[in-house]
Formats: sequence, C-alpha cells, structure tokens
Amino acid sequence: MNLDLTWMAWTWPTAIFFLVIAALILAMGAWEKVSPGGGPRVGILNFETTRGDRLFVSLLGAAFIHLAWLGLVGPSLWWALGLSIVYAIGVFRFV
Amino acid sequence: MDKTVNQKAWFMLIPVLVLVGFSAVIPLMTVVNYSVQDTFGQNVFFWAGTAWFEQILHSPRFWSALGRNLIFSGLILAIEVPLGIFVALNMPKRGIGVPFCLVFMALPLLVPWNVVGTIWQIFGRSDIGLLGWAVDAIGIDYNYVSDPVDAWITLIVMDVWHWTSLVVLLCYAALVSIPDAFYQAARIDGASRWSVFRYIQLPKIQHVLLIAVLLRFMDSFMIYTEPFVVTGGGPGNSTTVLSIDLVKMALGQFDLGPAAAMSLIYFLIILALSWVFYTVMTNHEARQ
Repeated sequence: MNLDLTWMAWTWPTAIFFLVIAALILAMGAWEKVSPGGGPRVGILNFETTRGDRLFVSLLGAAFIHLAWLGLVGPSLWWALGLSIVYAIGVFRFV
Repeated sequence: MDKTVNQKAWFMLIPVLVLVGFSAVIPLMTVVNYSVQDTFGQNVFFWAGTAWFEQILHSPRFWSALGRNLIFSGLILAIEVPLGIFVALNMPKRGIGVPFCLVFMALPLLVPWNVVGTIWQIFGRSDIGLLGWAVDAIGIDYNYVSDPVDAWITLIVMDVWHWTSLVVLLCYAALVSIPDAFYQAARIDGASRWSVFRYIQLPKIQHVLLIAVLLRFMDSFMIYTEPFVVTGGGPGNSTTVLSIDLVKMALGQFDLGPAAAMSLIYFLIILALSWVFYTVMTNHEARQ
C-alpha cells in the first residue's frame, strides 16, 4: 500500500514547528516524571496554575505576539520570536 | 504495602487518541501547512510564507466580519441569559405543568440548524410567511432580504428562539436543586423576592450560568448554518460573520491559503476566549 500524504502539503518549516511543539510536550512529560504533581502555585494572576497551564499560556501568547507583530510591524518574525521567549520565561517565572 | 503499578490503562487511551488524531490533529496540521502556501489545485503547492496572515490581518473584510461576530455574540448573551433566567424562575417547580414546560422548552433544541434557518426564512417572508405578513400588516416595512437592520433582527430573534431554552433548562435544573430550607429561612427573615433571587437563587445557579454563557458564547461565535440559510450573509455583507466569510473564501473562491490563515486566526481567538471562560469557571469552583 502506498500512503499518499501529498494532500497534507508538508513543508520543512511547518514540520519543524510541529516537531518543536511535540518536543515541548515530551519535555513536559519528562519534567513530570522527574518532579511529579505539575508544580501548582498561585502566581501574579491570582489563581493556581500548573506547569502545563504555563506552557499553554506561553504558546497561546506567543501565537498572538507573532500575529500582532505581523499585523503591526512587518513580516520579519525574529523579534517576535525573541519577545515570545521572554514572555514564556516571564510566564514560567511569575504566573 | 507497595502500590500496584499497572500501566495497562494507557492502552485504553488508544481509541480516543486515534479519533482525536484523525478528527482534529491531522486536519489542524494540514490547515497550518496550507496557511503558508498557495495552490491552484492538483496538490501542487507554492511557498508563500506569512503573506496570507499579513493579508488577513490587514483586510477590512476580516475585521468587519470579526466585529459582526462579536456584536452578534454580545447581543445574544445580553438577551438570552437574562431571558433564560427569567423564564426558569417562572416555570412551575412541581405539578402537571413541569413535564409540559420541559418538553415545550426542549422542542427548539431538537430542531436541526438548517431546518431552523429554513423555518425562519419562510416565516419572515411577507408574501408567504406569517411573521413577515403580520409585521407588514401592522404598518412596519419589514424585509430581511433588503434591509440590514431587519436581517439582524431576524437572526437575533431566531437565535433567541432556538437557544434560550438551553439557558432555561440549565438554570431550571439548578433552581430545583435548591433545598426548601433556604426559602423557609428567607421567609422567616422576611426577605423580598429580589433578596431571595440575589442571595439564594443567583449564587446557586451561578455555576450552571457560567456553563450556559460559555456554551452560548462559543456557539454564537461559531454560528454558520442559520445566517447562511436565512440571509446568505446579506444584504450586501451585513450579516457575513467569520464562518460565512471563511467558507466563501475557501470553497467559493478556492483561496485555500488565505482561508487557512483566517481559520487559524479564528481558531486562536476561540481558543483564547475558551481558556478565559474555562479559567474563570474552574477558579470560581475552586473558591467555592
């Protein structure tokens, strides 16, 4: 059987994007194995978050940072990526 | 005694993982792939980078459709939630009226979306529809095909007719679960009708009310079938919400790249709003 996946139109950049997401989820799994319980704490948002919540907020925020950059600044997204990483560090540190 | 470790339960997850994989993850990955490419069919794709995202973010068509979506959802929530609470408070709590009211309330929920659209499309016509004829007969010039305000009123009234029952049934279920002792205590204290509502009933229905708001918001924000059947997005673009615009772009114009970019932005907005609602709901629960 020949599995034809051309309709999915894979490209290297999108494949790398999904591999990074998969790697992040695997890393979270490994982190959970090393230190179980999800590290719940109440941060600056005044409600309890686990590290899974913090990853979700980081990724969602990163998506909006990239969209805002595209809409307001321009197509070069390296600064948006840098800003997203700073944002994610902030989320993991304070939220 | 050591805890028995049994990892067999993981295998039970396989069916749901396969299902979610085929119904959500693979389509989503494909949409992401399409959003950065252009195609003229035949599975031939050309790299476009972030061009489609920029095009959508700078498109007045997208922002006006998003604005219409937000206005529609805002109006729906502003009408359906208070109306739903009001109806639930006035429904009988015991006796023969209960099953009648429940069935009557559940009926609109059982009608499929496209049928709801067709019902209202005919109902609102002034030549063969009762509503259109009656409104015309009392001297109001009503025509949802040519007047944007009439089209909006028709869509709002249709959604209120279709979905207020959901809010009613959820609130009613919470209201009947309040023990009589609360009401007896309120009577002894001489509480007014408003105080009973504010300090007994509202706190007790708050949780289901949040679920109702969440469900109604998500559903109205993703509305497609009813406006598509009744107005087709018109007159002009006055009732073109994001989902209608998306289908026009993807299937009508076969612009798969821009449509994929637009659907991802739409998805992110829904995801963010769902997260906010979910967080508010779970934290509210935790505090209680």
